[in-house]
Amino acid sequence: MFVTTLATSLAAETGHEIPVVDPGSADGVLGLVWLVIALPLLGAAILLLGGRRTDRWGHLLGTAMPIGSFVVSLVMFLSLMGRDEEERQVVQHLYDWIQVGGLHVGMDLLYDPLASLFLLLITGVGSLIHVYSIGYMAHDPRRRRFFGYLNLFVAAMLMLILAENYVGLFLGWEGVGLASYLLIGFWQHKPSAAKAAKKAFVLNRVGDMGMATAIFLAFVTFGSTSFTEISRVAGEAGEGTMTALGILLLVGACGKSAQVPLQAWLLDAMEGPTPVSALIHAATMVTAGVYLVVRSNFVFENAPDAQTAVIVVAVVTILWGAIIGCAKDDIKKALAGSTMSQIGYMMLAAGLGTAGYAFAILHLLTHGFFKANMFLGAGSVMHGMNDDVDMRHYGALNKAMPVTFITFAMGYLAIIGFPGFSGFWSKDKIIEVAIGESWIIGLCALLGAGITAFYMTRLMLMTFFSSKRWEKDVHPHESPAVMTFPLIVLAALSVLGGVLLLGGWIVHWLEPVTGPEEHHDLPIPVLAITGLTVAVVAVGVAIAFLLFQKRDVPRTAPSDVSFVTTAARNDLYGDAINEGLVVNPGRRLVAGLFVLDRSGVDGTFTGGGAAVKAIGGQLRKVQTGYVRSYALSVLLGVIIVALAMLAVNL
Amino acid sequence: MSDVDFVKPTIEYAELSPLLIVFGVAALGVVVEAFVARERRHVVQVSLAFVGVLAALAATVLVGLDLADVGPGQGLVGAEGSVVVDGPTVYLWGLVLVFALGGVALFAERRLEAGVSVFAGQAAALPGTEAERRSSGLAHTEVYPLVMFAVAGMMLFPAAGDLLTMFVALEVLSLPLYLLCGLARRRRLLSQEAALKYFLLGAFSSGFFLYGVALVYGYAGSMDLDVIHSAVLNRTDDRTLLLLGIAMLSVGLLFKVGAVPFHAWTPDVYQGAPTAVTAFMSAATKVAAFGAILRLYYVGFGANRWDWQPMLWVVAIITMLVGAVLAVVQSDVKRMLAYSSVAHTGFILTGVLGLQATGALGEGEVTSLQAVLFYLTTYGFATVGAFALVTLVRDANGEATASAKWAGLGRRSPLVAGVFALFLLSMAGIPLTAGFVGKWAVFTVAMSAGAWPVVLVAIASSIIAIFFYIKFVRLMFFVDAEGDVAEVSVPSPLTSVTIGVCALVTIGLGLVPGPVLDLVAHAGDFIR
Repeated sequence: MFVTTLATSLAAETGHEIPVVDPGSADGVLGLVWLVIALPLLGAAILLLGGRRTDRWGHLLGTAMPIGSFVVSLVMFLSLMGRDEEERQVVQHLYDWIQVGGLHVGMDLLYDPLASLFLLLITGVGSLIHVYSIGYMAHDPRRRRFFGYLNLFVAAMLMLILAENYVGLFLGWEGVGLASYLLIGFWQHKPSAAKAAKKAFVLNRVGDMGMATAIFLAFVTFGSTSFTEISRVAGEAGEGTMTALGILLLVGACGKSAQVPLQAWLLDAMEGPTPVSALIHAATMVTAGVYLVVRSNFVFENAPDAQTAVIVVAVVTILWGAIIGCAKDDIKKALAGSTMSQIGYMMLAAGLGTAGYAFAILHLLTHGFFKANMFLGAGSVMHGMNDDVDMRHYGALNKAMPVTFITFAMGYLAIIGFPGFSGFWSKDKIIEVAIGESWIIGLCALLGAGITAFYMTRLMLMTFFSSKRWEKDVHPHESPAVMTFPLIVLAALSVLGGVLLLGGWIVHWLEPVTGPEEHHDLPIPVLAITGLTVAVVAVGVAIAFLLFQKRDVPRTAPSDVSFVTTAARNDLYGDAINEGLVVNPGRRLVAGLFVLDRSGVDGTFTGGGAAVKAIGGQLRKVQTGYVRSYALSVLLGVIIVALAMLAVNL
Repeated sequence: MSDVDFVKPTIEYAELSPLLIVFGVAALGVVVEAFVARERRHVVQVSLAFVGVLAALAATVLVGLDLADVGPGQGLVGAEGSVVVDGPTVYLWGLVLVFALGGVALFAERRLEAGVSVFAGQAAALPGTEAERRSSGLAHTEVYPLVMFAVAGMMLFPAAGDLLTMFVALEVLSLPLYLLCGLARRRRLLSQEAALKYFLLGAFSSGFFLYGVALVYGYAGSMDLDVIHSAVLNRTDDRTLLLLGIAMLSVGLLFKVGAVPFHAWTPDVYQGAPTAVTAFMSAATKVAAFGAILRLYYVGFGANRWDWQPMLWVVAIITMLVGAVLAVVQSDVKRMLAYSSVAHTGFILTGVLGLQATGALGEGEVTSLQAVLFYLTTYGFATVGAFALVTLVRDANGEATASAKWAGLGRRSPLVAGVFALFLLSMAGIPLTAGFVGKWAVFTVAMSAGAWPVVLVAIASSIIAIFFYIKFVRLMFFVDAEGDVAEVSVPSPLTSVTIGVCALVTIGLGLVPGPVLDLVAHAGDFIR
């Protein structure tokens, strides 16, 4: 009784209702939803298990699979549009995964407006990137394997999005982590790639720990992990539990989406082949955290403190990523810093609750277009420049690579928020909602937009304009059509992505998932905010123009730079912080335990049967000592156990 | 003269038949050793062992099917109260026998060592002597009766209805294992050292167990778990004797499962013992010992679980952490798997301490007993499979257990490396493998029993554990081989079928755990 009243009052207080996930069963065309995952999964299985026999046509099959998924997704999307609003959530029950008594986890797929947009993004952009990779990886002897991994990634990502419960989501979550790990380390001959893969893996484990704990907490609290169940009873749990749940989910989201403090892996992840950076580390996987927050809206709406935490993390990341983006000379790392910062915007919007969910997703989609576009563009530039990534060796490439230049420029205009381009619509809306929430958050978001304009203009000028600073033996050339075609499509989407907002379509479309949009009273007119944003962006562009077009760009990075630049070049000491706070203490602990437990046998006898006699001598010496010390540890254990038994009963 | 009636003790032959079959086959094996000519012994012993285990397995299934009819509450207390045949007993019997089947198959493998078994030709011959060289073509066939005695002990252990039977079972299962550990054909000193260590420390801990039996007897006036239960329930006087008794009993059992700080023998023994023995022992001993732990704690001391649960909290936490952390720094496959098995002990203990009063659970909720039984199943198959695979990866000196030699194995033998990776991923608890469902089950029961700190540590350690499992997967697939490396030898069907079955079960239980979860739920509860 009391609980119900509390829930009602909480809802009344926030002044809106939290929608309940209440899906019907998947019939008609929507019954094909399993196929979306099955196709790339089949592709991965054939390519990875088929061995060398599939080398000749493997890349074609690998590309056909996500295209097939895209077609299915599109058909389903159209069919969903034709339905009444109340019937736009469907669930497909594949089979009972874990079913015993109260523990019930179904292999269920949930297809709703939110999932429908993600499906189109993942399979659409994913297909384009597969096409691009045919050209980009043409000379790599392990191209088939690469496509196998890409397909595996796509399947896992789709699983993440379509799962109807947290356990299924976790399956996809781990799957994309694994695929990302395999792909970052794809060029395993480079030690830096192997190291980067390991780092991404470790930092993601921290996030996964939050995620796994959240799932157990959810199960213990609600007796279920299904979105349908939890959203129905979410209001009845205590706010403390919901806050804990929200924070744990946020930790998971931070790991996957490279948000501060788990951001350090994303920059290193650029060691992977460029299509990987475009697909996984810009357009799809890194946005999984945003998806998680939006999908778990029934948790966050009941936990205002957790929402505040999301906002804080987001604002810090917006600025953190942007500052890093300003100082990087490696074109991919500059873009990676920008990705962090842009995901910060999405997180911000998601943290702002009902008012922002739709814009978080809108920005996620437009960002997916323009960032994939620019990453592929960067790949095309590298392709023409003998895989050099240092922008200080570029310059004046606009003539040499016209298609790459034009398409990249579209992405550029979109990301800085040039009026009319897709990024303009999505980012402007987020800043508007942020200002409606609080002045401080709004100003930070605005500042972020200014810095974005600065570093993207810097990147643009250093690459395509200013003077030629090429290495001697480099002859820049345009990439083949198989690579430029995806660029053109993505450029078009970068320009036109804003149509999703036409007449508030996306807000309305997502309403069954996120609830009706909530309007804040803005302190100043909307038009003024837009004007302000454009002005700030213009200032950022102008400063960059003065610094990088009017003056010569040195071929080597100047070393007499301010403290801020040095810090930004070092990723704002993110690594040092990790080292100092986590890695070193951890290492010391392991070393300590190891010394305690060290038995010497390991190191001494790895050689096998060599020199039996010598070893025998050694052995006799160590033998008595060891058994004695083992027995001592047993005795110690006896005392601990006995004391523990007695102590609790005193 | 006196009126004392002698009552003939009744033995429920039908219900105890699996146990009796295994004991019988073990005894028969000794006779075979004495009377059958040496050249024919191998075939006879192997067939006998296979037939024995299969017959016992069939008998177990029959007993299981009839269980509802044999007595009140799904089972009976047989052999004058010393053996309890109930649902969990039958399930554990089945599990031990299945692993015994795998063990016998691995013992009988002769193709890998060019026609001889992995056991020493003559255990008594000193290493490096003329006698050893002369015996190099021979093979010990005593290992089959030995393993059957061990299996019999393992079956009796979780079925024991009183502490004395439990102690006897403990010794019956341990002594043959001590011997088996010392019988390696290669690296004999290491093997013998392992056996001696295992024996000395095992004897040491058995002493504690026996002392615990005495203390608990002093408190309760009986060795029957049932009577102990009533004493715990009804008496309110000073319980120091009982508490110390529980502590001592726990030491004996925790030693057998390799919980920290009683784990020190595990890496040395797992590494030194012939790998086939390790495979069998690591799975079956753990099943049997955890069965005994469950029975002792749930039946004997279920009423005062608040007394021992905090102690298990502490042990579970340090076991998981020490196991996972030390596994990270191992450079030998067998040692890594040994530490990983220590960590698994911690995870299973997490399930054990999820015991709640029957009323506290909702209708159909997973009990901690079910969770532990399921976990033991998943862990056992992955472990047998993993150690069996280790026997295939060899260089000139036999098995190549140094992890450096496994570098790049994924390119040389994708199948072997892939299957090994599967076992590792299952142990790591990656979704869609059996290990994930097992971890999920034990964490859930512990969480709903309020042991959330333990669950937090468990999640943290499974993440550390993922790290070293993946590190090894990376080693196999992504690291270039340097220097001399190990190659994969092709085994006889005995080993490959064992590995194949383990792999199939590991995938199957991950995709469709339902039937086995149903089975453990169907096994019901312990009876008194």
